[in-house]
Amino acid sequence: MTSAVSFKQVSRHFGSVRAVDAVDLEIAAGEFFAMLGPSGSGKTTCLRLIAGFEQPTAGSISIFGERAEGVPPYRRNVNTVFQDYALFPHLNVLDNVAYGLMVKGVGKTERLKAAEEALSLVRLPGYGTRRPGQLSGGQRQRVALARALVNQPKVLLLDEPLGALDLKLRENMQEELKSLQKVLGITFVFVTHDQGEALSMADRVAVFNDGKIMQVGTPEDIYQRPNTRFVADFVGSSNVLPPDFVQRYSGQHRWGSLRPESIRVSSATSGDGVAARLVGTNYLGATTRLALDADGLRLHAVVPAGTSLPAEGEAVMLTFNRDSLHLMDEPA
Amino acid sequence: MTIAAVQSNPTPAILPGSGGMRGALSDLFWRRPKFLLTLMLAPSLLWLGIVYIGSLFALLAQSFFSIDEFSGLINREFTLKTYGDLFQAANLDIILRTVTMAALVTLASAVIAFPIAYYAARYARGRWKALFYLGVMLPLWSSYLVKIYAWKLILAKEGILTWLLAKLNLLWLLDAWLSLPVVGGNSLSVSFTGTFIVFVYVWLPFMILPVQAALERVPGNLVEASSDLGASPGQTFRNVLFPLALPGIVAGSIFTFSLTLGDYIIPQIIGTSRLFIGQAVYSQQGTAGNIPLAAAFTVVPIVIMGFYLWGAKRMGAFDAL
Amino acid sequence: MRSDRGQSAPLGLKIAAACGLLFLHLPILLIFVYAFTTEEKSFVWPPPGLTTQWFAVTWNRPDVWDALSLSVRVAAISTAIALVLGTLCAAAVSQTRFFGREAISLLVILPIALPGIITGIALRSAFALADIPFSFWTIVLGHATFCVVVVYNNAVARFRRTSGSMIEASMDLGADGFQTFRHVVLPNIATALLAGGMLAFALSFDEVIVTTFTAGQQQTVPIWMLEELIRPRQRPVTNVVAMVVVLVTLLPILFAYYLTRDGDQIAGSGK
Repeated sequence: MTSAVSFKQVSRHFGSVRAVDAVDLEIAAGEFFAMLGPSGSGKTTCLRLIAGFEQPTAGSISIFGERAEGVPPYRRNVNTVFQDYALFPHLNVLDNVAYGLMVKGVGKTERLKAAEEALSLVRLPGYGTRRPGQLSGGQRQRVALARALVNQPKVLLLDEPLGALDLKLRENMQEELKSLQKVLGITFVFVTHDQGEALSMADRVAVFNDGKIMQVGTPEDIYQRPNTRFVADFVGSSNVLPPDFVQRYSGQHRWGSLRPESIRVSSATSGDGVAARLVGTNYLGATTRLALDADGLRLHAVVPAGTSLPAEGEAVMLTFNRDSLHLMDEPA
Repeated sequence: MTIAAVQSNPTPAILPGSGGMRGALSDLFWRRPKFLLTLMLAPSLLWLGIVYIGSLFALLAQSFFSIDEFSGLINREFTLKTYGDLFQAANLDIILRTVTMAALVTLASAVIAFPIAYYAARYARGRWKALFYLGVMLPLWSSYLVKIYAWKLILAKEGILTWLLAKLNLLWLLDAWLSLPVVGGNSLSVSFTGTFIVFVYVWLPFMILPVQAALERVPGNLVEASSDLGASPGQTFRNVLFPLALPGIVAGSIFTFSLTLGDYIIPQIIGTSRLFIGQAVYSQQGTAGNIPLAAAFTVVPIVIMGFYLWGAKRMGAFDAL
Repeated sequence: MRSDRGQSAPLGLKIAAACGLLFLHLPILLIFVYAFTTEEKSFVWPPPGLTTQWFAVTWNRPDVWDALSLSVRVAAISTAIALVLGTLCAAAVSQTRFFGREAISLLVILPIALPGIITGIALRSAFALADIPFSFWTIVLGHATFCVVVVYNNAVARFRRTSGSMIEASMDLGADGFQTFRHVVLPNIATALLAGGMLAFALSFDEVIVTTFTAGQQQTVPIWMLEELIRPRQRPVTNVVAMVVVLVTLLPILFAYYLTRDGDQIAGSGK
């Protein structure tokens, strides 16, 4: 497996703030890679380190095996789709898309042809003569995408690309980006704070917190087997179980996580299981989300809609498969 | 060029430098942004920071020299004698006269500016708003000397104002005003009243713009809320509008005050033979050749404005600039 | 301040605002009438008769032409210097966060914040100290000193509205520093610079206070006018020149307003 991007002990400090702190990271060629984390977790700084807008304070960065420290952004065959799209307001759409080819000295006819093709690729054929100001948010985003792709980058960086779009548009774009990436085979690295987006689009996800990578893995890994309380809590909304609780069911004194959908709720008052009290129900359409109180421990369960439920305030019994109780690496 | 089969894209991930002078310079600027910054700031800093500030300090330093009364030569030894001269009664008169004029001009400008600024901020929309803006900007930028000249035409004994008052049978009023001590004189163009009118006229736009800017930030419903609560228009003005417009008025007054303090042309062309600070500086450095006293005189507006700015900053006037 | 549509101003306010605007404009309009008067010796109103002969007389006055030519040359070169210095300063101040940017802003504004007479005398004594004789260039240096701020203010305002990621986007797409400046920065600030340049030109063309101290025997238009105001020679010629000066400064101001009137551009805003 060729490494498209490789970080070795990379740090980026701003004064006393450690935006990125000794990060090791391997992104494979052709991969759709997501960097997920809350704001200020260092994911965007990592993206900017790959683009070349930031230089590492320490450590080394390679792009397709070539060292990238000290290389300015304009000499990296890496392109970015900016969060605010950063389209040039003084150029029309076609000239925006052809910009990268123009500065590389590609002739006018050739570059405009390539730009028109790129616009078709993002399903905006014939929009070339418009100004960025005349486009909707979704259209601007496609132009930004075409403007990056026309340069045939080795790595495409996307900084919260869907953040400014409304829900419906966002879902469409998720699918489109994914199929585009499959067709083109370009390595996509995208930054997001939306765990749903990261899980549904990416081949692999890195979860960031406080300038460090907490966990890297496939969406399933991250979702089913979070290695720390932070990941369990941030990715989806796992129930985080304290070591004493976990010990009773697994025999090991470690932090555990339990997905809400793995919990079964019955109105039995005795038998095997965790005694709890139903404190709230939240109807979500296909499912219902239950808030439970197990002797002071706050738990959530998700059950299919239509399940008969005891009334709020009543005692319930919770059961789950031992397999679905995941033990985390984090020390107790 | 097509965007396909990128998987086998043979281009390198890191491109070689474009080479040549330009490529090398571009890389250098990128690697050393501080160097680029220095290059960008150097010409301005050299001129403004060293030559200009240097000459200002050199000027101030001269105020601590003195002039030999017999030879007229400058004695380059530290002394406070020149400042002693500055506080002679005649010179104190000049300072007091100038400060009083500056204060009156500021007050009058604020009174005239307020309705214009208020109308422009609250009622003018679209085309009218642009018209108001230009209506203030054009006089602001029109030639300073031409504006003074226009008032020389208006205030002249045979000019349009006298003609107008004669038509209205109000000449007696003008004569009565001109016969008053201090503010009167032979005609308006050689009286303090004339000087005052021209000062107000020339600096008025500098007052309107910041007041308008301050009023633009007052939500309209605040005024309605006040009248809703039963306040009379007078009360609304006193308790709501005026306090909110005050930072703008103070910001504008910085201009009207400072510009009046330093001006030497308006009182020279329209006014009496009694001097203002600017004229005193001009004549001390020119005909009298007393550079130290001229320098000491320039310290006066600087000190006054220093205190003024300090006070204005405390009132938050700089946000309205 | 916003208020409900259709609400109209109280009559008193309307009258006060209208009177204020008339007060600002009537004196300037008066200049236009006087340019046509037949009266030579006094400022008598109403003009005894109207004539255009003074335009011809003014046209044939070499001193007027000399002053005009000097003023235009001084204004053009001062504006050029101010454009370069002001743009560089504005770019440095707005593109980077560095220690002392407040000080730089203050420094640039100082020459117009201080009374002109102080700047004038300070420069005059500096020239005397350095043994620089008064010339065309001493006038230009004086003017450039206070013209920088006008360009600077316009450029800073535009840089603030220009999305910072646009420069990164350009570099990301393979443009080096020079290409980015030529293809992205310059087109985006061009109208602001043009407006700043226009205002700087008008400011220089009109300046008299500093010029009195930095000019030798040469006369710019304002110096010529000041001379005529203090020691009038031919009043009708002064009237005509005054009118021409009003018209000449009017055009760049209107043009500058036209260039900067669109307050908000859509500089890559995504939302």
